[in-house]
Amino acid sequence: MNKKITTLILGCAIAGMAWADEPTPDVAVTIEIPRIDVSEYHRPYVAAWIQDEDRQAVANLNVWYQMTESSEGAGTKWLPDLRQWWRRSGRSLEMPVDGVSSATRPAGKHTLSYSSSDPRLAKLPPGEYSLVVEASREVGGRELLTLPFTWPAKDLQEEQAAGKKELGEVTLTIQPTH
Amino acid sequence: MTRSFLLALTLIIALPATSFAHKVWLRPSQTVLSGPEPWVTVDAAVSNDLFYFNHFPLRLDGLEIIAPSGEEVSAQNESVGKYRSVFDLPLTEKGTYRIAIVNRGAFASWEVDGERKRFRGSPKELAESIPSDATNVRVTESIGRIETFVTNGAPSTESIQPAGEGVELVPLTHPNDLYAGETTKFRLVVNGKPAEGLTITVIQGGTRYRDAQEAKELTTDENGEFSVAWDEPGMYWLETSTEDDDTSIPQATSRRLSYAATLEVLPQ
Repeated sequence: MNKKITTLILGCAIAGMAWADEPTPDVAVTIEIPRIDVSEYHRPYVAAWIQDEDRQAVANLNVWYQMTESSEGAGTKWLPDLRQWWRRSGRSLEMPVDGVSSATRPAGKHTLSYSSSDPRLAKLPPGEYSLVVEASREVGGRELLTLPFTWPAKDLQEEQAAGKKELGEVTLTIQPTH
Repeated sequence: MTRSFLLALTLIIALPATSFAHKVWLRPSQTVLSGPEPWVTVDAAVSNDLFYFNHFPLRLDGLEIIAPSGEEVSAQNESVGKYRSVFDLPLTEKGTYRIAIVNRGAFASWEVDGERKRFRGSPKELAESIPSDATNVRVTESIGRIETFVTNGAPSTESIQPAGEGVELVPLTHPNDLYAGETTKFRLVVNGKPAEGLTITVIQGGTRYRDAQEAKELTTDENGEFSVAWDEPGMYWLETSTEDDDTSIPQATSRRLSYAATLEVLPQ
């Protein structure tokens, strides 16, 4: 038991040090999944992507869905409930997608960090884009937030939007390119 | 109720007879699906109300399902009930499935010894039914297509190419890519050729809960094209019919053609 705690403390310390040493990410996205008080709660499916001015998806940032097997197969069956994401991108993808898909997450704030050398961002021609975040919850609702931004950023860009029900606060921070 | 009577009934119903107001339809449980093998279940019925089964089941004899690869596949768990027919379809391939009931029929009337006789059935049975001494023979061919589309994953177009028989819908916008607030362009073809001047009726489902049919009447232009602006998400029924003399049955002098499709319009 003692050994476990020591390992845990050591682990936290290392993690903390690593965090302190890490440079500020070029692009940071935070997605808040609200705590919802209902008798039957399932973690939401959440997708985040970048769309251009014609609403075409140009970069997939993440999709959180149920990846474990159930009696109906893995949770890919319900991916179309993220209906904008499904139309703009999801339906053409073979799930899972490396670096994009991962398991559903609990209520709370989740931070995603990207380097501007990330191929998904590096390939974007300069212009106007939007970060789109969509959440859909089993026996719950669906919500979509859109945060417009300019790429690349000349000055620090900070955008935020707040959901009403299925999403909490979503922020986008883009450091200026040097 | 005998089988032949039901068949005859289906044929009457599948025809564009102006005196017959019933609507024929297929209604899939959903049209946009995902996963290794999602299933759809489809209702098939004849009714006045969309999409409620309260009149007659649609017979499944003419069921033709084309998989995304272009191969014909079979439905499972087919059942004909009192008011509706049902079948299931596992979507083992990625892409769009075309699900249709195609009825090919013939009507005939003739006189023997001054007595008027009638025939209603398949083109095959027709030749044997008309006696050689019949006079005043009138034969009408009929082709009715009732269809819908479902897609697993990304929409594909291989399976939705026109077969070149009767009235068909050429979706210039993919039929499983319809969204409220957008406008969709379609083309109607007769025997594969664009058909000008066809009248199309479009009605949203849920008629039981409103006072009027709220039917949209549209007409095809010189390219056989027409556009539908979708106001609201929901299941929609689209219907058209026409007549010509481009028959495939030798004795037939005219041909009645009908087409009905069920399309799902999704919310943004």
